[in-house]
This record gives sequence, C-alpha cells and structure tokens, in this order.
Amino acid sequence: MTALRDRFGDEAVAFALRLLLIAAVGVALAVFTEGFLSAANILNVLRQASLIFLLASGLTLVLLAGGFDLSVASNLTLAACLAAGVMQATGSPTFGALTALGCSTVAGIANGLAVTLLRLPPFLATYGTLWILQGLAFQYMGGNEIYGFPAGFRQLGTGFLWGVPVPVYLMAMVLVLGTLLTRKLNIGYEIYAIGANPVAARLSGIPVRRRQLLVYTLSGLMAGVAALVYLARVNSADSGIGEPLLLPVIAAILIGGTSLFGGVGSLLGTVAGAIILSLVINGMNLLNVRSTWQPLVVGAVLLVAVLADLASRGRRERIG
Amino acid sequence: MPPSANAAAHPTASAQPLLELRGVSKTFPGVRALDDVSMQIFPGEVHMLLGENGAGKSSLIKVLYGAYSADSGEIVCEGRPVEIREPADARRLGIAVIFQEFSLVPFLDIAQNIYLGREPRRALTRLVDRARMHADAREKLAALELDYDTRTLASDLGIAQQQMVEIAKALSQDARILVMDEPTASISDREADALFRVIGRLRAAGVAIVYISHRMKEVFALGDRITVLRDGRRVASMGARETTPDALIGMMVGRTVGTVYERQRFPAVGDVALEVRRLTTGTGVKGVDLVVRSGEIVGLSGLVGAGRTEVARAVFGADPVTGGEVRIFGEHVRGGPERAARHGVGLIPENRKQEGLALLRSVRDNLLAASLWRLFPSGWFRAPVARRKAKEMIDALRIATPDADRRVRMLSGGNQQKIVIGKWLAAGCRLFIFDEPTRGIDVGAKSEVFALMEALMEKGAAVLLISSELTEIVHVCDRAYVMREGRIAGELPRDELSEQKILRLAMHGESKAEPA
Repeated sequence: MTALRDRFGDEAVAFALRLLLIAAVGVALAVFTEGFLSAANILNVLRQASLIFLLASGLTLVLLAGGFDLSVASNLTLAACLAAGVMQATGSPTFGALTALGCSTVAGIANGLAVTLLRLPPFLATYGTLWILQGLAFQYMGGNEIYGFPAGFRQLGTGFLWGVPVPVYLMAMVLVLGTLLTRKLNIGYEIYAIGANPVAARLSGIPVRRRQLLVYTLSGLMAGVAALVYLARVNSADSGIGEPLLLPVIAAILIGGTSLFGGVGSLLGTVAGAIILSLVINGMNLLNVRSTWQPLVVGAVLLVAVLADLASRGRRERIG
Repeated sequence: MPPSANAAAHPTASAQPLLELRGVSKTFPGVRALDDVSMQIFPGEVHMLLGENGAGKSSLIKVLYGAYSADSGEIVCEGRPVEIREPADARRLGIAVIFQEFSLVPFLDIAQNIYLGREPRRALTRLVDRARMHADAREKLAALELDYDTRTLASDLGIAQQQMVEIAKALSQDARILVMDEPTASISDREADALFRVIGRLRAAGVAIVYISHRMKEVFALGDRITVLRDGRRVASMGARETTPDALIGMMVGRTVGTVYERQRFPAVGDVALEVRRLTTGTGVKGVDLVVRSGEIVGLSGLVGAGRTEVARAVFGADPVTGGEVRIFGEHVRGGPERAARHGVGLIPENRKQEGLALLRSVRDNLLAASLWRLFPSGWFRAPVARRKAKEMIDALRIATPDADRRVRMLSGGNQQKIVIGKWLAAGCRLFIFDEPTRGIDVGAKSEVFALMEALMEKGAAVLLISSELTEIVHVCDRAYVMREGRIAGELPRDELSEQKILRLAMHGESKAEPA
C-alpha cells in the first residue's frame, strides 16, 4: 500500500474511483448496445480520448501549479491554421509542424510572462490571449478553409501502428513524460507545492515564477501538438476549429479529479477523465441519444466525479 | 491649543459616566481575552488605553463596538444598562471606532463616503440630494476646521486625510464616544498635530475619546485619564497627572500567561552569521543595523508594527531592499528567498498557516519543501530518500503524527510549527529567523520550540528571534535589539535585558509631534 501511494501519491483513491467509473460505463454499454465491444469502436473511443488528453495535458500542469489557461483551444486554432497555411504553401509537413509548435509555444510563453512578470491573474491573462489568438486566426484565415494535406501527415491523426491509432501512442508518450516530470523530478514536486500554497512555496525558496513560466510554456507546446493531431484527423482547417474543444477539455480534467484551485490532481487522472468523457459521448451515440442531450449528461458525470472525490477525501480525513 | 491643560476642568467621580463597563469578561478557547474589566468613560475626556501586545486592548474595543459580545459583566450607558450585541447597537449608543485599517470606499468621494447608506433624499422623488449631501459634508468637515473638497475620491486621500474623513463620518452619525486605535501609527508629525487639534476640539465639545497609543509622549500630552491592561485584566485607572512613564511601564510588564522558558546553555559565540547595515525597505524599515553571530540567540523586540517582521522578510529576500546591505556568512546575498535559502537562511514566518505550510499537503511534502535542491541536486526526485529524510525529521523533532502521509492540516499548532522548523533543518540552515514562533501553540509546545532553538544554537546555528512576548526575549536571548518605528531604538546585552528596559525603548523616545 505504501509503495502504491509512493507511486501515485494522494491520488490513488481518486484514480481507483475513475477506473471503477470507466468499468461501470463500459459494462453498461457492452450490455445495452450492439457495437460497443467491437475493437474498432473501442479504438475509436481511445483516439477521441487521446485528442482531448493532448490538449488537456498542458492545462492540467497549469492547474496543478495553481494557475489557469483559458487560451488552450484558441492557441490550438491559430497553430492549426498557420500549420495548414504553411503546408499548403510549401507542401512540407515538417515546416507545418514546426510552425504550429513554435507559434503555440510562443503563445504559452506570453501567457507565462503575463502571469509572472505583469502579475495578471491567470484567468484574466489567458482570457485576454484567448481573444487575441482567436482574432489572429480570423485575420489569417479571412473566412477561408484550407483542406487536403499530405497523406504522410494525415497518418498522425488517422493512422494505425500495430493496430492501435497513432494518437493513442502520443497520449501514452505524453503521459509517461508528464508523469516523469510531475513524479520523478524536483520540478514536479515544486509544481504541486506552488499549487497548494504559492506564498509558502516562495518562502521555502522554491523558484515560483520560473516554474509558472514552465507550465504555461508546456501548455502552449501541447496546444501545438494537439493542433497537429487534430488537423491531421479532420483534414481541414478553419478559424473555428478549436473553439468547441475548450469546454470538453476542462470537463475531462475535472472528471479526472484535478482541482481548479491547484495542488491536487494528476495527468493520469486527466487520461481517465478523457476516456470517461469519450466513453459517455460514444455510448450516447451508440444508443442514438439525440446530441442535444449530451451536454446535460456530461455535466451530470462531471458533478458525480467531483462529489465522489469530495466524499472519499472527507471520509479519509475523518478516519485520520 | 492643547488639550492637556483642562484636566482640572475635568469630570470628577461625581459626574455621571457616559459609558461604564462593569466586570466585563470574554473568553476564547484557551485564552481569557478580558477578565473582569471595569472602566468608566466620561464625556469630554481623552481616556488613554495602554497595554502590551495581547493585553486585551483590541478585545475591549471589539466588545465596545459589538464585534464580540461579552460573556459576562455589564455595560451601562448614562446610568442605563445596555446590550451591545452587534455594531448597529454600538452606533445607536453613539459609539464609533476608528480602526487602523480604514473602511472608506476608494471609488466614492468624501461626501458619498460620509453619508454612505444614509444619503439625504429629496422629498418627492426620493432621489439622492447631492447638493445637500455635499453641503452637509462640508459642514461636518468645517466643524473639524478642514476644508477638503468633498468631491475628492477617497482613493486620492492620504492616510491622515482618510482618518479625518472617518472622524467626520463618525460625528455625522452623532458619535459621542470615539474610539481610536493607534491613530498616529502611520501618519506624519504635522498630520498628527492636526489630529491632536481636532481631538482637542472634540473634547471641548463633550465627546469622550478612548485612545490607544504606544507613544508615551502622546499619552501624557493628550490624555486626561489612563487605564492599563495586562493579561486581559485592568491593572489600574488613574489621572494622567498622577503617574509617570516609568510607573506605567511597571504596570504593563510582568505578564504571567504563557511559559517562561529558562535558557539552559550559553555556548561560545562564533563568527558573524548575519550582518545588516543601514537596511531600508519600502515596507517601513529605516536604516537598521544588526549583527547575529553563530551560537547566539538574538532577540528582535518592539511593538507590533515597529518593523520587525519587515526586517526579517528583507533579510530573507521576500521583500525588496531599497537601501543598505545584508551579508549572510560574509556574503552579499541578493535574489529572493531562493538565494537566501541556499545560503543557509531559514525563515519561520509569523503566519504559519498562510506562509509556512501547505496545509493540504502531507507532513513529508511540507518537511521537504525547502531541501529538494540539497537532497536531489541532479533534479531527480527519489521517493525512498525523501521518505527516509522525512522520517529522520519526524523523529528528531518528535512531531506527533501517525505517519508522514498525514495532511498537515490535521495536526496541532505545535506540531505544525515543528514541521516549519524541520523544513529548514532538513535544508541544512545555519541562520534561523523565528518570527513569533510561539503564537497559537500550547504551553508544552512552546517549551519544546525553545529547547529546539537552543539545540540548534549549540550546533553552531545563529538564531534571530522576533517575539512580542517580552518574557520570551528576556529569558531566552543572549541580547536583544528593540525596534521602534522602523528603526533600532536600542540594543540590550543579556545582563541588561528586562521587560522594563525593552518597553521603555519600544515606547519612549521622540514621539511624533509634541502636542504643544
């Protein structure tokens, strides 16, 4: 038990709850629907989850450090549009990719500087950049759409490797690297400490601002990664490409048990949250539930997850 | 014009008090804030309230204002027993309090602030009669001989002006008893003069003024009568002419609550650990010099607000230094707490829960917060090492916790404080700055904290101890600096350390303004 706790920290119980939820939804869908248990469908759910996770991973780090990044989705939009434009102009996926990653990382650094140097509240700073990045995307696209990318590039979003969608490998990779960062490096420990109490962290000699800058930068970078995968999957870019992702991404993070107030949560939790969200949406599609019902169900799942966390935490503390 | 002359024309026992407290007590878990306090306040007198930090002055004000209700005892207003259960009751009785933190709304103008919530209205439309509101406000200010433009926003007023507006506001609510909590604490001498003239005028008009001050000169220049509190009890009330500064200090000292830890060992003093020269900050430290050597515990005493915490924060790099220098083990250190921590300085801050700990994190996480760079210089966190180190600290400090995974929030104040200390012990600190380390912890834990402090010192650490408890400074320190108004008022070697001498340095000296 101690070893388990050491590996997963305080989130062990929370994660177990999520596994239970995934199992419950999975069993329910297997019983009540026809197509759920097919390999193709399950892989599709995972592919969907990995797209959400890639964008949510950076934001999860920002939340763990007690910040917020509302600009992730519009950062994705601009990166995707620019990458599409560059690929159209040069025919080179490499240039496209570099453009997306570079642009999104710069936007992330700008967020980080707004929070650390200008000392703007994170919510405000990134809400401002949300509009600015979206505005730049509007300017660049001028209402047009760019579509049709090289087949090699499209593999990133639609391809399979040994029968598993490529984005799922990316999800696994980001999860491993991110968990290494948060669990195996001093930096990760410091990110949690800052999220739990930034004043005490500073007065313990932790370089608070450098760590904050880092998480916003990573959040920008991950928006670029997600932009590429998304672009490759939908094969077309317009200035509205990212907007519908913002709320699902936040939902996945919250369902995954990461706190909006910093210091509590994990990337593993966000993976679970993304899978639960994708399962629920997939299940509703299979059950032919009208799409107008989906937000309602997602909201209910989110509240159940958060309440379950509160209940389990409360019980543990009362026992202790 | 000043006040002090008409003490003779002053209410005698035969006059009826405007307000009287009879045997008022107020208890909080573990603390007797007020213990059977009786006090009479007469119209047209300036009644000085004196006492050390924690003597019960604030509690008394809060009872008068209705922020606390007394557990027992009686409050009598003009011969009639009254109940003050909430601030509205106090206002109805004509009691107004001017706190050190003002309550003006920054984006409203002076007139709007004075009449906030009770603006004069036109008869028919019920709309705010702005012309009349400003005229009334001007009249109230004129009564205080102030000619402020009533359209000035509160945010554009200086501190002294805000204070005057607060007074005008109180008077516009027909206040007959004006309670002022250290009104000269943050204003200039000239502004203090103006304030004293206003106080003189109010007194002449029959307003009773309860005035808390730590400045002896003010106490004697302004006060008609003086009440001294200690440990929540009234020590004495007397006419200002019947006593002397030294007699008052004698009444204030000698607190009996809390432990008196007796220092056990005095090892040989080593090299200079901390040297502060002409230290000046934007937070109110004005040219402080001090030296702490390895193997000694140096006290930094003074009243709340004298600038002690500000010195500690500046030394630790938490606030910017605007002048002078800080040398730590001979090295000039700049660049924030991060740098200070790596040079072996640890700050045990005054507000443990806000500044010292992450309450939701585990004992282990908190214990290691300051030493990651030292335990894992490569940047790779190793859980087994972390676990071992935390265990070592828990054992060494005898932290009472079932295991290292327990959230810090679940522990007692004393154990929480040990964790903050342990954090710096794990980081290998050699200069410890303790800011009010015994606040909010029980008697046994206090002794443990001091024993720990001594153990650290014996191993060659240097300790700077900030405490408002004079007994702690006197019994624990090798020597002590006393601060007053951002400056060092004096230094006392061990053989001269006494509560009297500390208080005299903390309170005496050049006051603001001679209310001449």
